[in-house]
Amino acid sequence: MNFHRNHWLLLGTIFFGFIGLAFIIAILPAQWMQQNTEPLPEAEPLSDLEQRGLEVYIAEGCVACHTQQVRPLPMDQPWGRPTAAADYALLGPMDVWRPYSPAVLGSARTGPDLSNIGARQSSETWQYLHLYNPRAVVKDSIMPAYPWLFEPATGTEGDAPVVTIPEAYAPEDGKVVPTEQGQALVAYLLALRQIPIEGAGGTTQEASAETDQKGVPAEESEGQAGAKGDTLYANNCASCHQANGQGLPGTFPPLAGNSLVLAEDPGEHIDTILHGAQGRTIDGTEYASPMPGFADQLDDDQIAAIVNHERTSWGNDAPAATAEDVAGRREAGEK
Amino acid sequence: MANPASLLPASRSAVVTKTAVEVAPDRDTASTRLIYAYLGSATLWLLVGTLVGAYLGLKFATPDIDHVPWLSYGRLRPVHTNTVFWGWASLAMIALTLYVVPKTSRRRLHSLPLAWVSLGLINAAVLVGDLLLMSGINNGGQEYREYIWPVQGTFALGVILVTYNMIRTIAGRAIEEIYISNWYIMGGFLWTVALMVIAYVPVYQQTGISETVIQGFYMHMGVGMWFTPMVLGLTYYFLPKLLNKPIYSYSLGVLAFWTQMVFYSMIGAHHFIFAPTPWWLQTVAIIFSVGMIVTLAAGTGNFLMTMKGSFRTVARSYSLPFILVGVIAYFLFSLQGTFEAFRSLNRVWHFTNFTVAHSHLTMYGFVVFLIWGGIYGLLPRLTGREPSHFLAGVHFWFAFVGVAIYTIALMIGGTMQGMSWMAGDAFIDSVTMMAPFWLWRALGGGLMFLSHLIFAYNLWCMRPVRHESRQPLAAEAAA
Repeated sequence: MNFHRNHWLLLGTIFFGFIGLAFIIAILPAQWMQQNTEPLPEAEPLSDLEQRGLEVYIAEGCVACHTQQVRPLPMDQPWGRPTAAADYALLGPMDVWRPYSPAVLGSARTGPDLSNIGARQSSETWQYLHLYNPRAVVKDSIMPAYPWLFEPATGTEGDAPVVTIPEAYAPEDGKVVPTEQGQALVAYLLALRQIPIEGAGGTTQEASAETDQKGVPAEESEGQAGAKGDTLYANNCASCHQANGQGLPGTFPPLAGNSLVLAEDPGEHIDTILHGAQGRTIDGTEYASPMPGFADQLDDDQIAAIVNHERTSWGNDAPAATAEDVAGRREAGEK
Repeated sequence: MANPASLLPASRSAVVTKTAVEVAPDRDTASTRLIYAYLGSATLWLLVGTLVGAYLGLKFATPDIDHVPWLSYGRLRPVHTNTVFWGWASLAMIALTLYVVPKTSRRRLHSLPLAWVSLGLINAAVLVGDLLLMSGINNGGQEYREYIWPVQGTFALGVILVTYNMIRTIAGRAIEEIYISNWYIMGGFLWTVALMVIAYVPVYQQTGISETVIQGFYMHMGVGMWFTPMVLGLTYYFLPKLLNKPIYSYSLGVLAFWTQMVFYSMIGAHHFIFAPTPWWLQTVAIIFSVGMIVTLAAGTGNFLMTMKGSFRTVARSYSLPFILVGVIAYFLFSLQGTFEAFRSLNRVWHFTNFTVAHSHLTMYGFVVFLIWGGIYGLLPRLTGREPSHFLAGVHFWFAFVGVAIYTIALMIGGTMQGMSWMAGDAFIDSVTMMAPFWLWRALGGGLMFLSHLIFAYNLWCMRPVRHESRQPLAAEAAA
């Protein structure tokens, strides 16, 4: 046996040795994952429209900047619960040119994680505005604009929603409608909602052993749980109501000087954050686009922190609310 | 006390006089033309790929610079990575192996026409693949697996034909022993052929994150079992050749080779630490990432011990400084990769721009610098034409300073990104905080691109002579 002289021995060992290792470390584990991953019982497959949206998501290379992978680490808490293999189980081959499940996990978080974006930002209007030009709603965003997913509104578009773009970013007549691709993409984004797992922690026994029930190592329960009003506001509210509390005229109401926010009794303010709102007239303007509720995503302390941040910022000066107030309104349920 | 003037004479020149190449060129013009065609194509892809990269860097500062679908960030990013991977670095490495393998086997290449076919296939794959990516047709994969299978299949066919060509060349060698360079080079070829097939066979990666298991394996082996062994193999030829002395230890090279194959193959899953892939897979990857230190120390030690005592020769050569940087970068930044695999550090750096810095330190600082060292070491001997020594120096320093600015900015910025996330700051803060670092990155990237223009000019200066009746080089050097 002489590798230095016998080239067939050398090349054979190199080639088949590597293939053997590949079986151990890649092919068999992949095969095992494929056969032993079941979707969560409540999981539903994507609709045809949502599936087409996933195809747009892949074609535009959204995965270059957005992960769909929440790690069992406290720093990942703002994005949702840790993702499990089951969350991806319904992903399947796309077509004959892409006979694999698409790689949505991502490797860079230049933009936010999108595992739970449908719940975190469920406003369709916001999603359209943001896709047309991200800076129309998030001033400091560096995401590309996607105007090619829209057409000018002509008044004959049928069901397609007409989106009014803020003047600084708008085309000539200010109104656009999403193309079919644009509608599909937003449908897909809104379908990205995590299904709650009881005591969702790490995804393996070892991971769970390190972490407590919330999937957070006990010694550092920071992340979103720290209940800092300004940070929570920036992560959950500012994309619509804006960092300066001014909202977007006619689309998202201002919170600065908002009579509901300034009310002596914080009850209605708390209810709005817990359960969301739609079609309300606030200070003389009617707002059509719905606001999502945050009852499932934020706890009482966090909601109280947000309420108090809003009641005391941008010139607002209203009495504070407590976590107990929030607990009480949560108890009372949605009216 | 020493007189400072005696240390730095007033007449000291700003540049070291480089040694002119003295060896008469090889007379095999058909082979030289082939190699030059590979290097020419490679360099065109380098210019395209890094122009795209520089433009992408600009987009972080001016996201509304264009609203053209074909030029949008998500579509262009894989164009940058795939072009420099499969177009530039792959073709350039193959070009050098087309010289080294026959040379160390003491015979001609098995088939020149077959090598031209490979060149055509690979160029076609990169061209069509890039156009498809820009039109929004991709594989739905992650890093380096964005070309759809007919395109990557064309690329793979090109590589398979070169591999066959090389095997036939080595099988028909005129000496008994297979030189260590050819172990690494054939490792690179055979592993990559196997890898392409494993990565594109759908059977075991059709649902859920089974695909992710393959992706981690593939994206890591794409670097570690293609570029790494190829440029190491080339360095095992060029370094002793250019220094005119034998390699320090042949057996150390053999040790590094086998550990490369066994350890490196196991560590792909470290790209998905904390992902819902099997925990044992991630742990195995971390353990073998540490094992890689053996390979790194053996390889780098071997090269540095070979250079020991010859650093004057290195300073007086325009190719060896590239090789010196490449060798040191190989050690430092592969080691950096090992550290990034540790769970404690991974949680700070994963998903941040730190990983972008890491991939440029390895692919550029290590792989590309070694390729350049090889090109400057080889081409003048083949064609009988040298580049301007001054411009070769400018190329070196622009590339070196450029990549240093680029990566230091992103390593600092990336670490701060991770710290910001861990501190529970609002996400948008980590975006605005990065703005100055992205400007530095654009500046470093600009310098790198500039150095590539100079390199392209230097390559043109080293083009083969057309006429057979070319005088030996020594006459020209004297003129």
